[in-house]
Amino acid sequence: MSGTTVAKPLTRRASRGGSRRRKRTVEQIIFTTLNTTFLLALAALMIYPLLNTLAISLNDGNDAVRGGIGIWPRVFSLQNYNVVFNMTTIYQAFVMSVLKTVVVVATNLVFTSMLAYALSRKEFIFRRSITLIFVLTMYFDAGLIPNYLLIRDLGMLNSFQAYWVPTIISAFNLIVLRTYMKSIPDEIIESARTDGAGEFRMWWQIVMPLCKPALAVVGLFVAVASWNSWLDTLLYNSGDQALSTLQYELQKLLASSMNAGMNSVAATGSAQSGGQVTTPIALRSTITVVAAVPILLVYPFLQKHFVSGLVIGSVKG
Amino acid sequence: MTDATVSTPVPATGLEPAPEPASSSRAQKRKARKKAAKDPKRKITWDRVWAQRALLAMSVPLLLYQILFKYVPVYGWAIAFQHYKPGRGSIWNQQWVGLENFHNLFTGVNGERFRQVVVNTMGQSVLTLIVGTFGAIVLALLLNEVKNLPFKRIMQNITYMPHFLSWVIVASLASVALSLPSSGGFINQGLMNLHIVDEPVLFLTQPNYFWEIVAGTNLWKELGWNTILYLAAITAIDPGLYEAAEVDGAGRYRKMFSITLPSIRPTIVVLLIINSGWILSTNFELPYFLGNGLVSEKSETIDVFVLRYGYQLGNYSLAVVAGIFKTIVAVILVGSANLAAKRLNQETLV
Repeated sequence: MSGTTVAKPLTRRASRGGSRRRKRTVEQIIFTTLNTTFLLALAALMIYPLLNTLAISLNDGNDAVRGGIGIWPRVFSLQNYNVVFNMTTIYQAFVMSVLKTVVVVATNLVFTSMLAYALSRKEFIFRRSITLIFVLTMYFDAGLIPNYLLIRDLGMLNSFQAYWVPTIISAFNLIVLRTYMKSIPDEIIESARTDGAGEFRMWWQIVMPLCKPALAVVGLFVAVASWNSWLDTLLYNSGDQALSTLQYELQKLLASSMNAGMNSVAATGSAQSGGQVTTPIALRSTITVVAAVPILLVYPFLQKHFVSGLVIGSVKG
Repeated sequence: MTDATVSTPVPATGLEPAPEPASSSRAQKRKARKKAAKDPKRKITWDRVWAQRALLAMSVPLLLYQILFKYVPVYGWAIAFQHYKPGRGSIWNQQWVGLENFHNLFTGVNGERFRQVVVNTMGQSVLTLIVGTFGAIVLALLLNEVKNLPFKRIMQNITYMPHFLSWVIVASLASVALSLPSSGGFINQGLMNLHIVDEPVLFLTQPNYFWEIVAGTNLWKELGWNTILYLAAITAIDPGLYEAAEVDGAGRYRKMFSITLPSIRPTIVVLLIINSGWILSTNFELPYFLGNGLVSEKSETIDVFVLRYGYQLGNYSLAVVAGIFKTIVAVILVGSANLAAKRLNQETLV
């Protein structure tokens, strides 16, 4: 319902009057030029660090230590990527990050949409109290150590379950989906009901296909959060290298290079794998690219949905 | 929308509440709720519960699950009143010490440090919130003036992009950007080229820059994303207002300040109030990644304190006290912020 308002034309402008129009046109040109320049500068500021990292990752490692690389590699080389994907820890962490993200997105979409369906039915007697209990979890957090103790007491430390079991529903996504489902016309539900569909069939076969845009948004939010998380690895699964994730590996690398920087011996060591060598600055840039690209690749396909998703989510139903 | 008059809206979703139909004033809603309670159709009877068993099967297991993972961990608060030693196993097998940990943290040996930690958390949050809100409003206004739609869309997509990068990556990019020119520090390079500084500044080793660095990095990451709700509010403004203003001879700036800004003011106020509820809960990753021994007096926030001092050094009890303090203050702040937003909403948004 609110998604459609986003697409409305912004302002309609109709200048009237002769001399005023000429004055307005000059002012218009100046303003547009300044505005465009400012926005282009802002965009450059947003994009430069990313292009710079990409350029360093595509540059020869030893040459990169000299510094001064802009947005284009000076000595082009794919060796850094070769090194990174031959490091067992990084390769394993990449696979684990993908696996974790896929499982978290799948479980989240199924369970959140099922609950959202139940809570979107007007006749459901407990819908208000159940919604309230979920909404309160957005504000109430027992804290890092109590959460850790629970996971420990459930025996989930150093297991893949610690990644997905505690997070199959987020209250914000629940509200997004429930609000979207409420906007589905009652007639559709009613006619399916008269055809004898039960609640589970109604959810899975009628409502789910109608919710594809909202599911896309929620899926994107969940995927980004899961792919980008590192604290769960640190807290629950840092004891098992096989369960490490890409963000956690990158975080370890960042921590060590920060320490190195403070001791002012930065960028003089070298990382080694299978006889191939690269430098810390090149290694860090390469892993950064590997950790950023998957999300940035999904993003263009979903971006037309997420603005409406955010607006729906912010509107209470 | 007929449902709106019958049902109470959920207390808060954490963001901007929608404009509700003008008819649903608070008193009317209360009346409607009373009526609903008397309505025999709304009474909870075993027949109705049984008839809705499928809906219950869909929701109750997930409700129990949520209670287990979000509310049950509160039992861990018990160790705030103990000398917790991880080696002794279960938390029921520990030495109870009453409020000793609370004294230690707030007034005792750690008092000074913890007060600084609270000041840092609030300072960083407030600066981030002010800079972020101001930046997002300005960018939304400027984007709104772009008449070339493809250009506008490209600008929006570029500015939204950093939002999707992880804090690990953003912190990594920030540490490079702020380093010496020889390590790729383009900020120092730029400042030197413009002759603002003669010598490169080691930003990350100077405590007095730390809050600004946190606010600036947050701005870089979330600027575009934060414009979304403002842009949505701007598109909802009646174009007739602009047309009428033009007939009266209003120029671009006049329209911006007399129509656009006042029209989105409710959104600004509501978002500001609600975000200020999170003042103790934000800013964990950046201070954790970018902070170091040289700047810790300005960088350490409550969450960093809990993770570093508690989890990593094994001072669980003290860390849980800090965590409880944070959670209780956060619930009070978020709760009253939401109440305030709701009350304002009654007057300004309806």
